[in-house]
Amino acid sequence: MNELVAAVPWLGKRNPTAARWLIILVAIAAPFIAWQFGRSWVRILDFALLYMMLALGLNLVVGFAGLLDLGYIAFYAVGAYTFAFLASPHFDVHLPFWVILPLGAAFAALAGVMLGFPVLRLRGDYLAIVTLGFGEIVRIFMLNLNYPVNITNGPQGINMIDPINLFGWDLSRNIRIGEDFTIHSLFLYYYFFLAAVVASIIFIQRLQISRIGRAWAAMRDDELAAKAIGINTRDMKLLAFALGATFGGVAGALFGAFQGFVSPESFSLMESIAVLTMVVFGGMGNLAGAVVGAFVLALLPELLRDVAVPLQQTLFGHVLLDPEVLRMLLLSLAMILMMLLRPAGMIPARARYCHDHHLSHHLNNTPKREAAK
Amino acid sequence: METLIQQFINGLVIGSVYALIALGYTMVYGILGLINFAHGDVLMVGALVALQTMLFLMGMAPGMSPLVMLAIALAVAMVICMLLGFTMERLAYRRLRNAPRLAPLITAIGVSFLLQTLAMIIWGRNYHTFPQLLSTTPLQPIPGVFVTPVQIAIVVVSALLMVGLLLLVNRTRIGRAMRATAENHRVASLMGVDTNAVIALTFVIGAALAAVAGVMFASNYGIAHYGMGFMPGLKAFTAAVLGGIGNLGGAMLGGVVLGLVESFGAGYIEHLTFGFLNSSYQDIFAFIILGLVLIFRPTGLLGERVSDRA
Repeated sequence: MNELVAAVPWLGKRNPTAARWLIILVAIAAPFIAWQFGRSWVRILDFALLYMMLALGLNLVVGFAGLLDLGYIAFYAVGAYTFAFLASPHFDVHLPFWVILPLGAAFAALAGVMLGFPVLRLRGDYLAIVTLGFGEIVRIFMLNLNYPVNITNGPQGINMIDPINLFGWDLSRNIRIGEDFTIHSLFLYYYFFLAAVVASIIFIQRLQISRIGRAWAAMRDDELAAKAIGINTRDMKLLAFALGATFGGVAGALFGAFQGFVSPESFSLMESIAVLTMVVFGGMGNLAGAVVGAFVLALLPELLRDVAVPLQQTLFGHVLLDPEVLRMLLLSLAMILMMLLRPAGMIPARARYCHDHHLSHHLNNTPKREAAK
Repeated sequence: METLIQQFINGLVIGSVYALIALGYTMVYGILGLINFAHGDVLMVGALVALQTMLFLMGMAPGMSPLVMLAIALAVAMVICMLLGFTMERLAYRRLRNAPRLAPLITAIGVSFLLQTLAMIIWGRNYHTFPQLLSTTPLQPIPGVFVTPVQIAIVVVSALLMVGLLLLVNRTRIGRAMRATAENHRVASLMGVDTNAVIALTFVIGAALAAVAGVMFASNYGIAHYGMGFMPGLKAFTAAVLGGIGNLGGAMLGGVVLGLVESFGAGYIEHLTFGFLNSSYQDIFAFIILGLVLIFRPTGLLGERVSDRA
């Protein structure tokens, strides 16, 4: 949160308290503002929150532990398919949400460890390719496991997944208050996802300054030195994969329930790359970076869709670049340009390896760190 | 028995295409330690440029002999891809030579997707039929075994190109400069080698080979589209790792071995898994091999003989 506060332009450094309230206010008011532009924008915000969760999870693996994972979307898929298997007419199983969510997280974590074990010894770039291969294998299985026994229903995917049901409160139903006032289900999902993202941020923030977070940072900066000071790099890597995957799995389960259907199409390599771009764009190893990167890169393509398509209509008389092309163009250019011009991302990570109060206690002579509580 | 020989031939053909692509990966990796993720997409550009040239020539000079037409298309594709390889190195990778490890790789991924997007803008999302300029009537050297002239051409041309590359790297001054740069940039430049030029040249040669491989790949399957470079690119990378990355001979061996494994694997997977998996799982062999090699023998089949790197 402090990082996010410090990242607010102009206000963040001058008046952190005001910046903090501004963020909270914007987060709460966002769907109401979006509603003015149409229902689809609230939906886009909901998806942006899911992307935020993915970016936070991937940031854990790439930014904190320094392991470039190009198959991250596979864990999202594991979570989504777990939900689809256990809460849809496909197998005619309808387990409650609170049972499936931990299961989805657990399966994703298991998949993370399964991926982690064989790649423990690999260096950065090999690791990237093997994880990419892992993502593709998962996708190939999703596509083809409808024969001879129909498990995933192949390319069609699984439909009619149960919505999220919190102790008998169905999030997919609009709430009616009185005669003419209703709270749309998209709003309910928004606040539920927001709660999930806030919980993730708090958890990851605590994690980052814990023993584990510091061990990851040490391992990322110099693996050999980390080993030498007694960090068990094997366990730490596995933990990074498992925890990162857990976030992917939870986000996937929420995605499946929110969208109501899952199909292999949603879990292509392009999505892995999109999430990676969000992390890179915002700033690797930085919570605020992941949040801002996900927010900007989830919304920008949609804005382009609304602006660029009519613009092209009027300029050329037909659509030259359709929105999907624009999205790919935007993501790939963002990735290349960020690496060339600003490799630390929009919001560069600050070195931060311990609790703030420890830091100020030990480093009394150094100038006070700005914006730190 | 016929099936066995047929699978062997198919594997050999696709394997020699993989080998050609793998050479590009392995040369760049040998010199820069960079996985040029966009290499597969250079192949795609080569195939689509060749396609465009052929269509243009067919419209302009319908009477031209197919062989000449193919040669011109190939030449145009190679030139465009060489320019592309040069531009990529100059604009993106050169600035990142001393950057942290992950930066060049992330950039390469970005370049790969940028190329795909640009190709999508230029050529659309559709699959294009690739003109077959060589005869496609299969020959039957052994009854029941079919070989098309295209397949023969693929194997012969790749073999020639590989021999040419080996001669270039091992017998010429340029080759010596390349090997010296691979060994140690700084020392090579102290000895008067223009390392920047050598690195650019490596990218250019790799791109030219990829262009040829792209035309072969498209001819073999008869189609071309914007995403066609991704899978062969990944598989060729696997081949390079399998042979021992940085090692030219290894890349060739790795390519052929991977092609054979894939061909036999796709042919027999249904028997091996009692009908549970079928040939639509063909693509996972490369990844499984990649994983196994990296875990059990990270140096690849031929190991990394430092003196032989290019």
